[in-house]
Amino acid sequence: MATQHSRSAARLMMAPAVILLLGWMLLPLTMTLVLSFKKYLPLRGGDLGWVGFDNYVRFVSSSAFWPAVTTTLIVVGGVLIITVALGVLLALLLDQPMWGQGIVRILVIAPFFVMPTVSGLVWKNMFMDPVNGFFAHLSKAFGAEPIQWLSQASLPSLIMIISWQWLPFATLILLTAIQSLDSEQVEAAEMDGAGAISRFRFIVLPHLARAMTVVVLIQTIFLLSVFAEIFVTTAGAFGTKTLTYLIFQRVLESQNVGLGSAGGVYAIILANLVALFLMRVVGKNLDA
Amino acid sequence: MGQIHLDKVSKCFGDVEVIPPLDLEIEDGEFVVFVGPSGCGKSTLLRLIAGLEDVSGGQVLIDGHDATTISPAKRGLAMVFQSYALYPHMSVRKNIAFPLRMAGLDKTEQDKRVVQAADVLNLTDYLDRRPGQLSGGQRQRVAIGRAIVREPAAFLFDEPLSNLDAALRVGMRLEISELHKRLATTMIYVTHDQVEAMTMADKIVVLNAGVVEQVGSPLELYHQPCNTFVAGFIGSPKMNLVQGEEAASYNATTIGIRPEHVMISKDNGLWKGTVGVSEHLGSDTFFHVKCDAFSAPLTVRASGAVELDYGASVFLSPDTSKLHRFDQTGQRLS
Amino acid sequence: MARTVTTHRKILTTLLAWAVGLLIFFPIFWIIVLSFKSEGDAIKTPIQVLLSAWSFDNYATVQERSDYFKHFSNSVLISLGSTFLGILIAVPAAWSMAFVPSKRTRGILMWMLSTKMLPAVGVLYPIYIGFIRLGLLDTRLGLVLILMLINLPIIVWMLYTYFKEIPVEILEAARMDGARLREELLYVLTPMAIPGIASTILLNVILAWNEAFWTLNLTAAKAAPLTAFIASYSSPEGLFYAKLSAASVMAIAPILIMGWFSQKQLVRGLTFGAVK
Repeated sequence: MATQHSRSAARLMMAPAVILLLGWMLLPLTMTLVLSFKKYLPLRGGDLGWVGFDNYVRFVSSSAFWPAVTTTLIVVGGVLIITVALGVLLALLLDQPMWGQGIVRILVIAPFFVMPTVSGLVWKNMFMDPVNGFFAHLSKAFGAEPIQWLSQASLPSLIMIISWQWLPFATLILLTAIQSLDSEQVEAAEMDGAGAISRFRFIVLPHLARAMTVVVLIQTIFLLSVFAEIFVTTAGAFGTKTLTYLIFQRVLESQNVGLGSAGGVYAIILANLVALFLMRVVGKNLDA
Repeated sequence: MGQIHLDKVSKCFGDVEVIPPLDLEIEDGEFVVFVGPSGCGKSTLLRLIAGLEDVSGGQVLIDGHDATTISPAKRGLAMVFQSYALYPHMSVRKNIAFPLRMAGLDKTEQDKRVVQAADVLNLTDYLDRRPGQLSGGQRQRVAIGRAIVREPAAFLFDEPLSNLDAALRVGMRLEISELHKRLATTMIYVTHDQVEAMTMADKIVVLNAGVVEQVGSPLELYHQPCNTFVAGFIGSPKMNLVQGEEAASYNATTIGIRPEHVMISKDNGLWKGTVGVSEHLGSDTFFHVKCDAFSAPLTVRASGAVELDYGASVFLSPDTSKLHRFDQTGQRLS
Repeated sequence: MARTVTTHRKILTTLLAWAVGLLIFFPIFWIIVLSFKSEGDAIKTPIQVLLSAWSFDNYATVQERSDYFKHFSNSVLISLGSTFLGILIAVPAAWSMAFVPSKRTRGILMWMLSTKMLPAVGVLYPIYIGFIRLGLLDTRLGLVLILMLINLPIIVWMLYTYFKEIPVEILEAARMDGARLREELLYVLTPMAIPGIASTILLNVILAWNEAFWTLNLTAAKAAPLTAFIASYSSPEGLFYAKLSAASVMAIAPILIMGWFSQKQLVRGLTFGAVK
C-alpha cells in the first residue's frame, strides 16, 4: 500500500518508541532475573553470590506465600464478580430511557477518577473507622455494635473499596457495548416472540460476552498489581497481603532483594499468562 | 502535454503478481478508460501511474521522461478519488486551493484560479462551506475542481461516480465528458461499469486479472471483441455466448450473438423455444427465451410493441452476418 | 427504537437510576461536605455534620501546613510532562503503523501492549537502584520519564486507532496535490487528528495524575505529587478528617472534571480499541 520512500521514513519514525520500550522492558527485566539467582541483601553485606534456584524455592516455601496467593485470588475474584455482575445490571439500567441520564452517568463513573490513595484513605477513615466513621454512626443509630471493618472484616472491606473504584469502568464499557447492539436484532427477536428475559438471555448477553471478557482481562491485570489501596489502609496487616504487596515488602521493607526478585519473576509470569488471553481478544479486533 | 507510456510495467504484492508485465500507450488529449471486473487490477494500474504504488518492474514514461521513481507530487498528474478524499477540515475554497498552495503560488493567483474553477463547476455559492455540508454531487465537483486548478498533464479518475445515485451519475458522466472536450487534457478513468466506459471513452482498455484483454475504441470493442471475455463484458444486456453442436455448425467452439441481432417470431425461425421472463423498458423489451438447442436461455431484444406471454412458444433466428465466432481458447476467429 | 415508553415505567427507572447513582457518588459527596466543616464537627453523627456551620478554613489550613500547592504543581508537571513527552514520541510511531503498515506492524503493536502488562513490582528494585545511581530518586524528571514509559503503549495504541479512522485516500490526495511528507503531516493529517490527539492527552493526563505505585515508591518530600502527599495522611495525628477531606477534594477535583469530558475516549483508550 505504500512506496519504498514512505516505508523507510516510517521505520525511522517508529524507532524512538520501539527503542525506548525495548530498553524499558529488557534492562530492568534482566536485572531482576539476575538478582533472583543471587543472595542479595543491600543493608546486610550486599551481593553474597549466586544461589541458583534457592530464592525461588524459598519464596514459594515461606509461610507468607500461600496466604498471599489466597488473598490475591480472593481480592481479584471478588472484585471481578462484583464489578461484572453489578456492571451488567447498571449498564442495563442506564440504557433505559429516563430523565437526567447524563447526570446519572456522571455520578456513576466519578469514582474511577478518584486517585487510589484518596479512595483508600477516605474509606478507611470517614466510612470504616469503628468510632467516627459513617458506618459506625449508622450502626449506632440502629443500636448495633459498630463493625471493626478493616481489622475484623479486612478482605471484604478491601474488596468493597476496590470494587467501588472499578465498578464505573465495568459499567461504562458494558454500557458502550449495549448501545452498540443493533436495535433491529432486538426487534427481530421480539417479532419472533421472545420475551424480555429471553431477549436478554439470547441476544443481549451473547452480544456482551466480548466486552465482558475485555473487562475481566483488563481488570485482572490492574487488580493483580493493586498496591496503593493496601498501602494506605492496612499496610498488609490483617491478612490483606497480596502477592504484589508481599514482593514489595521483601524488596523495599526487608531489603531481601534476591528473594523479592524471585517473587517478581513469578508475578511477571502470572501477568503474562493473563496478558496472553487479553492479546488474543484485542488482536482479533486488530484485523477488523 | 500528457502522453503516458507504460513499458513492461508489472506489480507484485508479496509473491502475488497482480499485474504481469504490461505495455500501454496513451496519447496526449485522449480519454482512456480502464474497465474490468472488480479485482482485475485496474485501480492498481492507475495508482502505479499516479506513483502511489511502486512498480515492481518496467518503466512509467510521462511525456517521454522516465517518471518511475519520481514522487507522486512531482509527476504533474491530478487524481479524483472514489471517496473524493476532500480535506474535511478545510472549506471548499481551501480544498481547491490546496494544490496551488503546495506549488507555492501567490495568494491572488490562487484566488483567481479557484474562482475560475468554481465558476466552471457551479460551486461559486459553496466556496465557504465545509465538505461535510455538501451533497454527493457537489463533493464530486469539488474533487474535480481541486484537480483542474493544477492544470495537470493528465487527470486520473478512480471510479469517481460509484458513490453517486443513478440519476446523478448520468449527469456527472456528461459533465466529465464536457470537461474533457473543453480542456482537451489526457484523462485516465477507471470504472467497473461498461456503460461508463462505452459512453465516455476515446479508447477503452479491458483488463482481466491484471492482463490487457483488448484495447480499442468503444465501437471496435463492441463490433469486434477479440475474445469471449471482452465479448461478454462489453454491451448491455450481455452478448449471448453458446457452445456445443450449434456452435460447431459454424466451425467454432463458441459463438456469440448480441440480443439485438436475434429476430423473434411466433411462426417460424431457426431455433424453437419458450418465452421466460420479459423485461419491459418501454422502447424495447428484453425476452429471456429458453431454447431446446441450448442449455442457457438466450436474451433477445425486440421492439417495445412486441407482446408475448410467459410460456409462449416462439422461434428465434440470428442475423448470421453479425455472428461472432471463437475458438477453444476463446480467441476470435475471423 | 423510537417507541413510546409508558411514563409510569420511565418514572420508575429514573428513580431507581438516580438512587443508584447517588449511592455510588455518596463517598465523594461526603468528603466535599466534610471539607467545609470544623474538625470537631466532622466526627459527629452525619445529621449533626450536615447541620453544623460551613467554612473554607480547611482549604487554607491544608495549604499553610503542608505546602499543598507544591505537591499540586508536582502533579501537574509530572502528568502533563509525561503525557506530552509521550505524545511527541508516539505520534510519528502511530503514524507509521497506521498509514505504512508492514508485516511486522501487528507484532510490534502487540508487543508494545505486552510491556504495559509488566507488573511494576517485578522491576521495582532495578528501577529503584537505577534511580539512585542516576540521581533521579525523588525528582520530577524521574517521574516524568517513568510515567511516560508506562503510558507510552497506551498513547501509541490510542493514536493508532484514531489514525486508522482517517482514510488513506485523503493523505494520497495530498500527495497527488503536491504535498511532501512534512506538509502532508502538518496541513492534512494533524488537523484531522486533533480530536483524537486531544482525547489521548486527556486520558493519559488522568492516568498519570492517579498513578500510585511509582509515585509512592520513588518520591519523598521534594517531588511527591498529590498521590504521595495524600498517602502521608495514613498515619494521622489528632483530628484530621476535615483537612484530609479538603486535601482530597482538591486532589481529585481537576481530574474529575477532565474525566467527565473524556467518558467516551476512556472506553476506547482503556480497552485498546477492543470496545468502541
